[in-house]
Amino acid sequence: MNNSKKSMLKHPLAFAITAAGLALSLSAGVQAAENGKFRIGIVTFLSGPAAGPFGEPSANAAKVLVEGLNKGQLPAPYDKLGINGAEIEVVIIDEAGGAAKQVEEFRNLVQRQKVDAVVGYISSGDCLAIAPVAEELGAMTVFYDCGTSQLFKEDKTPQYVFRTSLDAAVDNIGAARYLAKVRPDAQKVAGIQQNYAWGQDSWNDFTHSMEQLMPKAKVVESQMPKVFQGQYGAEISAISVKRPDIIHSSFWGGDMEALVLQANARGLLEDATAVLTCGESAIDRYKDQAPNGMIIGGRGPFGAFAPDNELNRWFKDKYVAAYKTAPTYPASKMAQAILGLKHAAENAKVESGKIPAPLEIAKAFKGATFESVSGTVQMARAEGHQAMQGIAYGEYNYDPASKKGSVQNVIAFAGECVTPPDGTTALEWIKAGFPGAQCN
Amino acid sequence: MRLSKTELILLGVAVLLAAGGFIAPQWLVFLLTMALAKAMVVQGVVMQMRAGLVTFGQGLFFCVGGYAVGMSGHFLDITDLAVLLLIGVGAAVLLAMLLGLLMTRYREIFFAMLSLAFSMILYGVLVKSSALGSTDGFNVKAWTLFGWTPASGQAPLALFVIIVACSALLAVLLHRYSRSSAGMMCEAIRENEVRVEYLGQSPRWVLYMNYVAAAAVSALGGGFMALSAGHIDPEMAYWITSGEFVFIALLGGTAHVAAPFIAAILFAVVRTYAIELVPHSWQMILGFTLLAIIVFLPKGLWSLFTGQARRAKA
Repeated sequence: MNNSKKSMLKHPLAFAITAAGLALSLSAGVQAAENGKFRIGIVTFLSGPAAGPFGEPSANAAKVLVEGLNKGQLPAPYDKLGINGAEIEVVIIDEAGGAAKQVEEFRNLVQRQKVDAVVGYISSGDCLAIAPVAEELGAMTVFYDCGTSQLFKEDKTPQYVFRTSLDAAVDNIGAARYLAKVRPDAQKVAGIQQNYAWGQDSWNDFTHSMEQLMPKAKVVESQMPKVFQGQYGAEISAISVKRPDIIHSSFWGGDMEALVLQANARGLLEDATAVLTCGESAIDRYKDQAPNGMIIGGRGPFGAFAPDNELNRWFKDKYVAAYKTAPTYPASKMAQAILGLKHAAENAKVESGKIPAPLEIAKAFKGATFESVSGTVQMARAEGHQAMQGIAYGEYNYDPASKKGSVQNVIAFAGECVTPPDGTTALEWIKAGFPGAQCN
Repeated sequence: MRLSKTELILLGVAVLLAAGGFIAPQWLVFLLTMALAKAMVVQGVVMQMRAGLVTFGQGLFFCVGGYAVGMSGHFLDITDLAVLLLIGVGAAVLLAMLLGLLMTRYREIFFAMLSLAFSMILYGVLVKSSALGSTDGFNVKAWTLFGWTPASGQAPLALFVIIVACSALLAVLLHRYSRSSAGMMCEAIRENEVRVEYLGQSPRWVLYMNYVAAAAVSALGGGFMALSAGHIDPEMAYWITSGEFVFIALLGGTAHVAAPFIAAILFAVVRTYAIELVPHSWQMILGFTLLAIIVFLPKGLWSLFTGQARRAKA
């Protein structure tokens, strides 16, 4: 007892010295070198349930694309070396761990690693949390996947934050429009969503769009199992007894594949047509476990829905050569974000080989129109900070001979047809009957 | 009030740390702010560990503190930092006073599981509340202090100084608490509860008071986390978050009030460099760190300072 009391008096001093030493070594050790390279922080899921279906293809796409850019292999207009002649250096960070941790890591990327731009974020919560920090730090930030409609409602006067992916409402408006074309006589609609923000919002947007576009169709069942549940026996039974014509689901990743597998085995997908807004990401894995004619989307003109242009052919070839599988939609989206960034940086009017300041990149990015693996992208919403593109849906088709899945009966809807105009929320626009929509 | 030597040194370190904030890089200031906020929650875990109770649900009060701060800003338009934090602590204390009546009847694994259950109930409720952004959560409004609004870009540093001051005050209070008769009683309950009862004390009410106090401290951490990160989501009440607090508590050990602070800072530093250096398997580095601590320093990092480790080896 005596002994420990004595050391009690001594050890806080030791603590003080250790703490001071720690702080000093940290602040001295990490002055990122200004090496003349264009440093991009890539943030995506490298662990957890979203890593397999989304994070890995995205990270792979970034690697393939950056390697190609650094060698100047891309077709025009992206044939300039790296970004504006400066070699690209990638710092990759795991998105797992929640929004508070991502805010911390975002600050580390910008202030410690001195990246010139950050490209990333799949989770909507992360995007919402990062946006104000990016504006505060004046850090050029491109969101490549998150779909929340709240983003530019919270970040009202964006300056440094851009999103090259589409608002999630577009997925569901597009899905309803596709159904109105291919299944106009459908009467009974059921839904199964993961019970969290993504699932709740998707179902809300979809049911309201259906009320407008297919007023005769009635919602007969809505199931909301918890996210990553994996077993959907009870939900499938509940849906089966209502005999729906259409089953809408915004499931993604492993959950979606599990649902397709289980529902198909129980014959549910024979009687009803499933509409999977994120279905494209598993197109290479369904094989014959999914019925032909199942409607799948790729959250925009990405992955299997991407057009056959020179840029996409280059990207697909390189991606397949490196990873033995075709790029799915998250991969296309990552490529799109980096290409958008490159386009903006090279139009920022600085001399070749120099890295433009974030503000200069942002000015050039605002309202830009650039070519991407998904066709032409217009930054036409949220005062030029949000991409507007069309969306396509199609039917899954499996070819037993080549053992490859593909999409058929693809219908693409123009951006003006499915994107709410500025100044109105997606839900208001849907409820008002899509005023001003220009559809083909 | 006379300060003991330990307390003087704690305050001295706090002054040094706050002064260091002015020369340290901004990312480090932010990292330390987050680490200190977490350390407060860990203090709540450690307070209960000293009484022999392991809680896997301290995220409950962390989350209540954070959401109370965020919601007061959004729905009541309160921006004053002091008022916000007080509301957070108040909300947690009220909840703890209610739950404590039930919780203090359980020990060991039953206590751990029940605490876990309550935090997961809150998680479930928040995930289903679309008005609160469900899993996406929502952004917390910028704070002011007694009418003063920090200039743009200065808020992180100002918050750092405030949290260091609060941590120092908290450390002194907790240090006194651990040496008070109530604090000693907690340790006695851990060692032999029946004996404490024979001494004429009610272990249940000691634990009740300890539980409520731990909730208040944790909610303060949650409030600071909400203000510094600027965003809150239900993840705060998720069991993995609570598990992280236990992890940090084990890392530091329960021997001294400074241990959770040191452990939380070390945890944050190890984690951020692990993420930077091995982005694909940073969790493994954290796992190995804990394993190494358990094997070589079973009483936590603090045993490095007391010399117990050296003696044990000899």
